[in-house]
Amino acid sequence: MSRYRYVWFLLVSMLVPGLAFAAGDTVHWMTPHYTFNRTTVIAGARYFADHCMACHSVSSLRYEYLTADLGMPKKEVKKDIMLPNGAAFKKTIVSPMPPDMAAKWFGKPPPDLSHMDRYLGSKFIYTYLLSFYWDPARPSGWNNYVFPMVAMPNVLAPWGGTVGPKGQVIYPGKLSPAEYHKKVADVVAFLRYASDPSYFKRMALGPYVIGILLLFTILAYLLKTAYWIDLKKKG
Amino acid sequence: MSRFSVWINKRLPLDETVKEHLTEYFAPRNFNILYYAGSLLLLMIVIQLVSGFFLLSHYDPTSQGAFESVQGIMYDTKWGWLIRYMHVDGVSLMFILLYAHMFRGLLYGSHRAPRELVWTIGYIIYLLMMAEAFVGYVLPFGNLSYWAGEVITSIIHAVPVIGPPLTTLARGGPGIGTATLQRFLALHVVLFFLIILAAIAMHIVALHRVGSNNPDGIDIKKNKGADGKPLDGIPFHPYYTVKDLFGVGVFLTIFVTIIFYAPTMHGIFMERTTFLAANPMVSLPDVTPPWYLSPYYAMLRAVPNKYYGIAIMITSVLLPFLLPWLDRNPVRSSRYRPVYKTMLIVAGVSFITLAWVGEQPPLPKYFMIERVATALYLGFYILLPIMSRIEPTRPVPERVTG
Repeated sequence: MSRYRYVWFLLVSMLVPGLAFAAGDTVHWMTPHYTFNRTTVIAGARYFADHCMACHSVSSLRYEYLTADLGMPKKEVKKDIMLPNGAAFKKTIVSPMPPDMAAKWFGKPPPDLSHMDRYLGSKFIYTYLLSFYWDPARPSGWNNYVFPMVAMPNVLAPWGGTVGPKGQVIYPGKLSPAEYHKKVADVVAFLRYASDPSYFKRMALGPYVIGILLLFTILAYLLKTAYWIDLKKKG
Repeated sequence: MSRFSVWINKRLPLDETVKEHLTEYFAPRNFNILYYAGSLLLLMIVIQLVSGFFLLSHYDPTSQGAFESVQGIMYDTKWGWLIRYMHVDGVSLMFILLYAHMFRGLLYGSHRAPRELVWTIGYIIYLLMMAEAFVGYVLPFGNLSYWAGEVITSIIHAVPVIGPPLTTLARGGPGIGTATLQRFLALHVVLFFLIILAAIAMHIVALHRVGSNNPDGIDIKKNKGADGKPLDGIPFHPYYTVKDLFGVGVFLTIFVTIIFYAPTMHGIFMERTTFLAANPMVSLPDVTPPWYLSPYYAMLRAVPNKYYGIAIMITSVLLPFLLPWLDRNPVRSSRYRPVYKTMLIVAGVSFITLAWVGEQPPLPKYFMIERVATALYLGFYILLPIMSRIEPTRPVPERVTG
């Protein structure tokens, strides 16, 4: 039986490396610390536009939602978020990189990040972004602890710094670790919003809907007791 | 009676039907909390129909467009997220209610004579709901949908001789694609749904012919007053309609709390792999059925042989049909049958354990749990005919209690 256990572990670890490590409890998943509100999501959207959007699309999300949902001024969306690649305010966020070219350059096209937060979870994305290390054996020069042999280079290295395989700092980043972690957490917040833009609507509406139904429940209960009281009298 | 209602009632038995099924349908007065499930299931069917109607009007049943169109509902359609969460979370809540409803039946002997047909028709509804749910969750065409469709239709492959062509017929081709989505959509919104509606009507008509059971499992028609009405019975309307209205309030409050604050229920009501588009090149490490089907999946996996596994699974699905006849004890309710009650709880706990283990990856450390739970669950059906004959029972009261 134990022979198969290794076969299973091997199979699973070939499919999704991160999850296999989770099963073996060798990865310490880091929790991103952020308050999930419009401010962090907008900050995350700005970082995302600066560092991620050149390669990654968020093809389910439209630019206009940043204004309609999050209250970011239309002017700022046009200036800071939209890339000069023919993007339109009403259209979805699509990277200017042609997928077939991207496949040629990186080995495979960068994935669409629309639903990535719901697929892999905030903890995975956060830990993944903070787990790059310098590995000259890789074509890009980068490797990742939670996603070994990843095709993506560490684009955030100038801010977070470069570390070696054993965690030793090779070049320090422009930001302090605390600032850098906050920045990455904001990106995670944006991806969380992108995977479910109904979040803020739900939070705003929820209390009213529940309140009305509770009122209905109380009235229904009073109605029920009013009817059933004559049954009690009869015994 | 007004002239209008006279005119109507000459042509349509409206008053008669209302009397027969509501105002002069006498239900026992001691229904407890488990009896809310039935009326709530009726409500849920309506909610699923209405939300499904709106989803259908935005859905594109092609392998290229299905995932995108569902995301279009979530992102771009006004209130689309609400409608989809209602429909998806509604399924899970319906199965919670279904299991509560069925367990209540077994707990108080509501499946026993003379209500065998109520149980049998109800069980057919449950099986149809599982089929309906399965074809339904293939439709959004996430990666889970793709692989679930692939795996479940491959079970048909095990049918002797005609298995392979039957699989092709179910899929509409060698693999899961546009043809599969189109026929699954047709099954989901037309065939299965209409049969479910018809079966629900039969379930209620059959129940009203024999009358409702109660937690004491005694026949209320045996104690009639001078007016010919059962002493322990009360008219369904208004007493149970107002009581069920309160149940609806509590239930809907829970329902919207889930929709607004935990729509995926941490990956239980909406699995994480539904958020990745269908991809035949990326197989899933954890392709597990939704929680309400996973007990059967766990039983299938408990046997390390495809054909015996499928045989065990089909047996476990079909065995409940026999329950009214497997039970030989004259007492219906488990309130007066401690041994039966214990067996039922063990079977129930095994079923929940199987649901949990069916969601786990197929690792050897779960094999033993899977097998023990399967044996305990199936053991209930094997032991029941014997134990029900020899088990000690407590005296049953003449009139309903509580």
